Amino acid sequence: MITYIIRRLIAAVILLLVVTAVTFGIFFILPKLAGQTADQLAQQYIGKNPTPADIAAVKANLGLDKPVYEQYWDFVKGIVSGTTYNQGPTTVRCDAPCFGFSFKSRSEVWPQLVDRLPVTISLAVGAAVLWLLSGIVVGVISALKPGSFFDRAAMGGALAGVSLPIFFTAQLFLLLFSYQLPIFGRTYVPFTENPSQWANTLFLPWCSLALLYAAIYARLTRSGMLETMSEDFIRTARAKGLRERTVVTKHGLRAALTPIVTVFGMDVGLLLGGAVITETVYSLAGIGQYAVQAIRDNDLPPILGVTLLAAFFVILLNLVVDLLYAVVDPRVRVS
Amino acid sequence: MTNLSKTGTALETPPGDGAPRAFLDVRDLKVHFPTDDGLVKSVDGLSFQLEKGRTLGVVGESGSGKSVTSLAVMGLHRLGARGKNVRMSGEIWLDGKELVGADPDEVRRLRGREMAMIFQDPLSAMHPYYTVGHQIVEAYRVHHKVTRKAARTRAVELLDRVGIPEPAKRFDSYPHEFSGGMRQRAMIAMALVNNPELLIADEPTTALDVTVQAQILDLIRDLQKEFGSAVVIITHDLGVVAEIADEILVMYGGRCVERGPVDSIFYEPQHPYTWGLLGSMPRIDREQTDRLIPVKGQPPSLINVPSGCAFNPRCPYADVPAGDLTRTERPELREVGSGHFSACHMAPDERTRIWTEEIAPKL
Amino acid sequence: MTEPRNPAREASHDDDAAPLLKVEGLVKHFPIKKGLLQRQVGAVKAVDGIDFEVRRGETLGVVGESGCGKSTMGRLITRLLEPSGGRVEFDGADITHLKTAGLRPLRRDIQMIFQDPYGSLNPRHTIGAIVSAPFRLQGVEPEGGVKKEVQGLLERVGLSPEHYNRYPHEFSGGQRQRIGIARALALKPRLVVADEPVSALDVSIQAQVVNLLDDLQDDLGLTYVIIAHDLSVIRHVSDRIAVMYLGKMVELADRTSLYQAPMHPYTKALMSAVPVPDPRRRGAKSERILLRGDVPSPIAPPSGCRFHTRCWKATQVCATKEPPLLELAPGRRVACHHPENAADQVPGDAPLASARDAVALVGTAPPAAPVPPQAPAGEQ
Repeated sequence: MITYIIRRLIAAVILLLVVTAVTFGIFFILPKLAGQTADQLAQQYIGKNPTPADIAAVKANLGLDKPVYEQYWDFVKGIVSGTTYNQGPTTVRCDAPCFGFSFKSRSEVWPQLVDRLPVTISLAVGAAVLWLLSGIVVGVISALKPGSFFDRAAMGGALAGVSLPIFFTAQLFLLLFSYQLPIFGRTYVPFTENPSQWANTLFLPWCSLALLYAAIYARLTRSGMLETMSEDFIRTARAKGLRERTVVTKHGLRAALTPIVTVFGMDVGLLLGGAVITETVYSLAGIGQYAVQAIRDNDLPPILGVTLLAAFFVILLNLVVDLLYAVVDPRVRVS
Repeated sequence: MTNLSKTGTALETPPGDGAPRAFLDVRDLKVHFPTDDGLVKSVDGLSFQLEKGRTLGVVGESGSGKSVTSLAVMGLHRLGARGKNVRMSGEIWLDGKELVGADPDEVRRLRGREMAMIFQDPLSAMHPYYTVGHQIVEAYRVHHKVTRKAARTRAVELLDRVGIPEPAKRFDSYPHEFSGGMRQRAMIAMALVNNPELLIADEPTTALDVTVQAQILDLIRDLQKEFGSAVVIITHDLGVVAEIADEILVMYGGRCVERGPVDSIFYEPQHPYTWGLLGSMPRIDREQTDRLIPVKGQPPSLINVPSGCAFNPRCPYADVPAGDLTRTERPELREVGSGHFSACHMAPDERTRIWTEEIAPKL
Repeated sequence: MTEPRNPAREASHDDDAAPLLKVEGLVKHFPIKKGLLQRQVGAVKAVDGIDFEVRRGETLGVVGESGCGKSTMGRLITRLLEPSGGRVEFDGADITHLKTAGLRPLRRDIQMIFQDPYGSLNPRHTIGAIVSAPFRLQGVEPEGGVKKEVQGLLERVGLSPEHYNRYPHEFSGGQRQRIGIARALALKPRLVVADEPVSALDVSIQAQVVNLLDDLQDDLGLTYVIIAHDLSVIRHVSDRIAVMYLGKMVELADRTSLYQAPMHPYTKALMSAVPVPDPRRRGAKSERILLRGDVPSPIAPPSGCRFHTRCWKATQVCATKEPPLLELAPGRRVACHHPENAADQVPGDAPLASARDAVALVGTAPPAAPVPPQAPAGEQ
């Protein structure tokens, strides 16, 4: 079991390194290949009408004229232990993890991300709890009575949930339950300040996200459960004289949920990297919104930061899933 | 074989209320499944009796209805998503209680305690996420209000009895950590943990190697002597029933075509399908035969069961009885010897002649 | 089963005395990798050094329990797998390490029939497409066209030519196995390796397929290697029989002598374990040998003779020295220090302690004590 964990951890670190390399390549090597010179890159840091001296200084400072591998090394080192930029007489310290400075606001990227992370986490985790519970409950009931009215209605609803785009449902919710009927607020308040206000504002975003995901999870749970309930070990459980409730929950659901755990980890990981549409529609200052803004401004460092953060979450959650898998399924532990 | 006449006569003339019943008494059982393609008549009018301490071997090919019958006795068809669809009729009496019409929860309380079952593939029949010990403890505690510790003691004891070395240690192993034979032993321990009076074993050795099969059959035989329960063993292997059964029931197309004491079925079989089974089988205990005598054609569809005798399209003697009898009228089970019943239109003398002159010499 | 010859092939080899297939020291180890660096920590010794030959026109039956390596052996001699060691010779040519191009012509001569008639037929293809696939793959155009040839084949295996355009799901298990046989026979192979060809079929259908294989051999002069776990089936179909245990061949003999007087204790135990469809013999089974325990793991097979941990005749030498496969009687090869029905190879050796409890004799064992519902536990 311990070697299993260590192996997973090492794999995760290697994967992260690969992600940084690829991201770095996309942001720094591709422009070069596309014909951008180091001067042009440096110019983006300075703004309009730079003097050649300025450009040269920035270039030297950021190491833009160094060989690519050195640049990558500096980049990784910055993330791990921070960097110090010498800008003439003043030195600027960028603490670890250093993702550089925004072209636009000249502010460090990392503190910006840290600022916005609670919003995104609140959104993602709240929605995840909601969709996981509702999706599984609906899926299980559907699977136990396939073809029943409930099953048909739920699966029809699920189809609608999957097909309705989130920007539509989000706008609709906002219009109905916030503008028309002022039930829910629109200003984000941190949980630590006022939990009820926090939940009140986030409820609609949670619902919009959860509607989509719950639909997917209901269908997943239903098919997984249908398959599990026809397994031989379910027949054995029944032959022991167990109550049907025990058979369904203890023997059926546990086996049916295992594959769902995998998908769940992926989905939450992805959302932690920013729920772009939801955050935009509900004006939540989260990671997704930050990314959208950066893309609009052609602001490379924040985009890079968000990309790496998102990749980090996906890898982290996958790691958690792998470990959970080993806890849930004893057969995984052996290999 | 002293009580065979009792079980035999009950078959043709079902006694009224108050008449003595066999420990397990199945009467005119029908299990039908409606499907998109039509009504699947998996079991279509099956009757048999079994006393405690005796072993009944149910023989037939896939689709003959033998497994469906066992699940019907256990009341397992009515459960789950497909439970609503199944159409069951007839009577199943277990120790004086009728099960087909009984309250499902009452049947559930009997399940695992008075009647238990062993399945074919012990790897898929055990839950992969729970330890073997836990699964046995669970079976015990559904029916007994005891502490975990007491249940564990009982489970270890059973594991020991079925021949699992170091039972206290293996208690905490998962099914995948057991070998095939050990898993089937654990499965048997699980079935026996509540001292059931009826044990149904559905192809208990089919998934096992031949040396392990011999061990498991030996174990089942010993345990039956010890517990005195009634055992129904379902198999396609005539060798297995010859080893273990007191009586044999041959099924074809959802019905019983022949049943009787094990010796009668093997040495004086009265149904062409039974002859076919015996002739199809290569025998390790006989002189080498040049060719096997297969049953021609394919097993019948359970949706469109052939009219008349279901076996008539494959029967080499379908034209022996006069007229179109075999294709128009379904033969009923008739007693042809002490406790020996057969459902065939041919006259008993004719059958005896064919068996002794044409079939037996070629086996 | 005499030795009829296929007239079409006769020109190729007149030397009938030479075996069609010759196997020497055949080894297949599947590596097991473990740990952080996926180092190889061991190997499943599926086939661990076996020698035998298959004569022209005969049926060699290979029997053994799961894990004995019989299926792997089948895949090695058909070269679906590459051996880790040893040598396989087909018709005088070394085929041990042939690569894809070299294997192409071999695929015409050696064909395989598989156990699972459901899994081995592509459900999306018609029967015609499945059976004619070998012609397409090998670029062979038979006289009268592929379709006519395929319909002829279908008829040959007891199906109807009209089945040409139907799909596998429309057929029963026995019919599917016939389709698999038709496909294997399409290119008129010389050697057919059948891995559990009838074990997924019902008894009555099993007999149909066994008889079909028998007829085809007589008509087409085929040579068979039939792999099965069912000793009754193996006895019925084979001329000679090889018994395998944990990657080794423990006995190789002609059918009659093997079944009448097995020499290896394992063969004897195996045959004694087969349930006999003769209820009257039930009482007379005190002679019956019931092996205890399971087959050991092929990852770490026992030292010396691999059977010594379960053998009732095992002595000191069995645990240390591996017995070679020796010809102890004409046409009978056995790998045992203390064979049955033959002279002891190492007389007077001290028995192993484990040998005493290795077997139980059914019918003589006293009934065990009943289990009371609430007995005190031994340990917790």
